[in-house]
Amino acid sequence: MEDLKQLYDAIVEGNANKAKSLTTDALAAGMDPQDILNKYMIPAMDEVGRLFEINEYFVPELLISARAMKSALAILKPRLTATGAKPIGKVAIGTVKGDLHDIGKNLVAAMLEGGGFEIIDLGVDVTPEKFVNAVREKGANIIALSALLTTTMPSMKTTVEGLKEAGVRRQVKVIIGGAPVTQKYADEIGADGYSDNASSAVALARRLVNEPK
Amino acid sequence: MNQLLSELLAHGPILTDGSWGVHLQSLGLQPGESPDVWNLTHPDVVLKVARSYVDAGSRIILTNTFGASRIMLNRHGYADKTVEINIAGAKISRQAAADKALVFASIGPSGTLLMEGNVTEDELKAVFEEQAQAVVAGGAQAIVVETMSDLVEAGIAVAAARATGVPVVASMTFDSGKKKDRTMMGVTPEQAAEALTLAGADVIGANCGQGIEGYVPICERLHAATGLPIWIKPNAGMPEMIDGKAVYKTTPREFASYAKALVEAGASFIGGCCGSNPEFIREIASRLLS
Repeated sequence: MEDLKQLYDAIVEGNANKAKSLTTDALAAGMDPQDILNKYMIPAMDEVGRLFEINEYFVPELLISARAMKSALAILKPRLTATGAKPIGKVAIGTVKGDLHDIGKNLVAAMLEGGGFEIIDLGVDVTPEKFVNAVREKGANIIALSALLTTTMPSMKTTVEGLKEAGVRRQVKVIIGGAPVTQKYADEIGADGYSDNASSAVALARRLVNEPK
Repeated sequence: MNQLLSELLAHGPILTDGSWGVHLQSLGLQPGESPDVWNLTHPDVVLKVARSYVDAGSRIILTNTFGASRIMLNRHGYADKTVEINIAGAKISRQAAADKALVFASIGPSGTLLMEGNVTEDELKAVFEEQAQAVVAGGAQAIVVETMSDLVEAGIAVAAARATGVPVVASMTFDSGKKKDRTMMGVTPEQAAEALTLAGADVIGANCGQGIEGYVPICERLHAATGLPIWIKPNAGMPEMIDGKAVYKTTPREFASYAKALVEAGASFIGGCCGSNPEFIREIASRLLS
């Protein structure tokens, strides 16, 4: 079997073309798509996250690597679906009601996708009802809420309340983040977790999906 | 140096203004609502904020146009009012400033990353040119391209502002990295100073993203990296949520206690960003004049 360390490196370095051709070659050589994903691609994005957390990578490097991951994943996906492979979790992500900023939300979505999660991107200015529907109709098991403004942070609270009122709060884990958001605020509103950056959001989501409900 | 700027700077450091958004919220702006649209719907309230800074002693006031690019306004459904909102913002500030202060129009980031591929450089250029031309048509005497994190976007905005012929301040937000001395996109003060000087800015600055103590070393580094005057507008610390409201804990007095250090670090223009208010400007004025 071909050693796919090169695919790992291509994603860490953000070389999308190389990542695509290596993935195509690996599939053609008969490698298990799930192995390609779990042994090379996801660990590569974990390394990207680690470099981001120690401030060796900044947003541009993260975006370039995420793009490489995404293009390789696009090749892998039909095969993954065909084998019946399931993502480690389904995340419905959005910027909360009243808030129109999406840069942070997009970064977190890209990192979560790179970490093996399926992403349901609800966009910006998302009402609590839309999050509820994502749980009911699309089977999301994680809700990720973003807010950039101190004035829109209270919408995180109303979203958590909306999930409770709809009776779906126990089916999901709620994680929150954004420039003004803190662990203290997450505790206050009864969210399950807080992350202060796109990379640690992946570790948080993984920890939560493995927790008993 | 530009004549307007050299005349201003002939008499020592210049006091700019503080935040607008928080102020407008206390006067009824709703969470998530576009502050810039208030230039058309609540001009009297915007005028009140502008006046409060002139009364506090600001020699330069900005405009309520930070988020008034066509891209940002489009998110609120007001793209078709882009030009009017910018003209009105400049006019309101000019009215408040009268002959006591100068009006530097605020142009904030587009809110979208070039690298994400949702917008092209040509589109950004057109968007910033439209906004820059409108604020100058409304009477802005200079333009502040502020709160930028990406050097490419900042460069495009500076070029667009420069094309109008007024002086241009280019200010980035340093809020990332171990020492909080990088922008979100990883730009260092040295890289910012060099690129923005080359892009044709008349003043290089830093604003938002952290409290005033962190901006003293950044100011030193900007000053060492360019011969241009330096503009600094820090936050009143980082906000804490108390009973659902953002509270900025730095007091005007604490904030102003760093004013001298900023001047010694090379700052020529000093003011505040998020969480600051006219009280902060008064305190800085009393420190710098004493």
